[in-house]
Amino acid sequence: MMTTTVPLSSLAKTIRSKNAGVDHITFDVIFPDRASYEHVRRSGALSREAVCRILGINAERLTDHVEFDPAFAIKFTIARTAPSGSLGDGDLFGSQHYAPLLGVEVSGPESDNGRN
Amino acid sequence: MHPATRANTGLRILCPNGHLGFAPSRQGSFDNGLLASPDIIACDSGSCDIGPVPLGMDGTASPLAWQRHDVEMMLLGARPKGLPVIIGSAGDTGTNSRVDRFVELVKDIAREHKLPRFNLGYFYSEVSIDDVRARMAAGKTIEGLSGRPDLTLSELDATDRIVAVAGVHPYIELMNRGADVIIGGRSSDCAIFAAPAIRQGYPEALAYYFGKVMECASFCAEPYGGKESILGEITMEDVRVTAMLPEQRCTVASVAGHAMYERANPYYEHFLGGHIDMRDCVYEQVDERTTRVTGPRYVAAEQLKVKLEGSGKVGERYVGLVGIRDPYTISRVDDVIGWARNMVRDRFGTEGYDLSYNVYGRDGVMGALEPLRNRPGHELCVVVQAVAPTREKAEEVCMMGTRQMFYARLPDVKGTAGGVAFLLDEVMPATPAYRWTLNHTMPVDDPLEPFRLHIIEAGV
Repeated sequence: MMTTTVPLSSLAKTIRSKNAGVDHITFDVIFPDRASYEHVRRSGALSREAVCRILGINAERLTDHVEFDPAFAIKFTIARTAPSGSLGDGDLFGSQHYAPLLGVEVSGPESDNGRN
Repeated sequence: MHPATRANTGLRILCPNGHLGFAPSRQGSFDNGLLASPDIIACDSGSCDIGPVPLGMDGTASPLAWQRHDVEMMLLGARPKGLPVIIGSAGDTGTNSRVDRFVELVKDIAREHKLPRFNLGYFYSEVSIDDVRARMAAGKTIEGLSGRPDLTLSELDATDRIVAVAGVHPYIELMNRGADVIIGGRSSDCAIFAAPAIRQGYPEALAYYFGKVMECASFCAEPYGGKESILGEITMEDVRVTAMLPEQRCTVASVAGHAMYERANPYYEHFLGGHIDMRDCVYEQVDERTTRVTGPRYVAAEQLKVKLEGSGKVGERYVGLVGIRDPYTISRVDDVIGWARNMVRDRFGTEGYDLSYNVYGRDGVMGALEPLRNRPGHELCVVVQAVAPTREKAEEVCMMGTRQMFYARLPDVKGTAGGVAFLLDEVMPATPAYRWTLNHTMPVDDPLEPFRLHIIEAGV
């Protein structure tokens, strides 16, 4: 069977990043319904390992990784290498760090056939 | 059904803005909120997101006119009905001077609009460097948060200003002393809303959750739209939040999603005195624009620790702007920067200044985390920042670091009349550079200990 992929931005309702205090940036990927949330969760496209790979960071910098059922959300947090607002920090609020997540390829729903 | 027609069984708080003054609150949804019979109007006015500069230089991130607009809107909405007003983390940072500024605003507005006399309570939350030094000398550990090491004397020496983050305690104490309007120093966002609820006997778990969900106003509603009012109600059993802008709704998804906002972990919220555990929260839609939440748990702290935020000056700062359009130069932008850095080094040596380059169009926003660093745009903007002990030196370092990009010698460049483009033939003075020196906790015996409380009269 052919496996197709779709970008994360076409599945998620919200993909955002923001400071969590002065030493961390946190990422929220929120899905519109349980089906899309479960699909991405199971696909591993946003697993701990995948997130570290996408952001090019060591596992130690990923301080939290939570699959948050009530909001159909996958949330993770990274440590900054320097506190927000340090000289040269280009994102004081941490609010544009989500961009690389938009195009993350997720296996299409078709590839789920037969998994139930 | 308009929320005003519901039975008023709980305590209702109207919140107009997630950060008072940072952008003006919107009047329409606030007026809708006033029609929904709130018991209190409350708002947070501070944030760490604005970076270390306002705290360090005891300044502000918002225009006075916007702060006045929001304070005036709240006072004029509340006082004619006799409703209490609570504002926390006054003026972006909650330093003493910002509390004073908000107290003056309240007094001025009350006088100008001839508001009937009321009690104005306020508290300070700055902690002196000497106080912290004395505690360290007495053997107290000032513990680092977020993986930071414990506070050292040298890091304390590098600090200009510290605020302690209050819990519910000064708010409750000021209400007990008869305050009708409260201006708070730096505070946990949730404490501003939890305090009146706890004082009226509502369960702590729900009260703190109430604060947690209310503090960013319409950020817990959808569709996205900031600076709009929301109304929250706490009862002995639950917390309900309702969007006050007709176009917005508080949905299970938007309210649950908000639990995650700006927090490393969506399940816990920490404050002076304990934390709430939100792992078993249940969210239900009760009407089109209202979501109900049950199930948070309160966990009291074994030892009282107050969070400290501190900022220290790094130096004076100038900023230069450089544009690059030649594709060959763009492909060698690091060599161009390297050339300019070398020129600065030749003149000033390697110590006694900081020089940084943000290359917009390549990795200006994300720096080392940028995955597309090797695919720069067809034109780049390089922002040069220089920091040094004096303004004169910062200006000269910045000018050298900016202008020498013009003279960078690249082996095969065709355009030899000028290597880069300038928006301005000058460098610009900026605020001094500061850095976050403290993100720590300090043990205290009494949760009121770091805070100084006052009550005066305002109005006519």
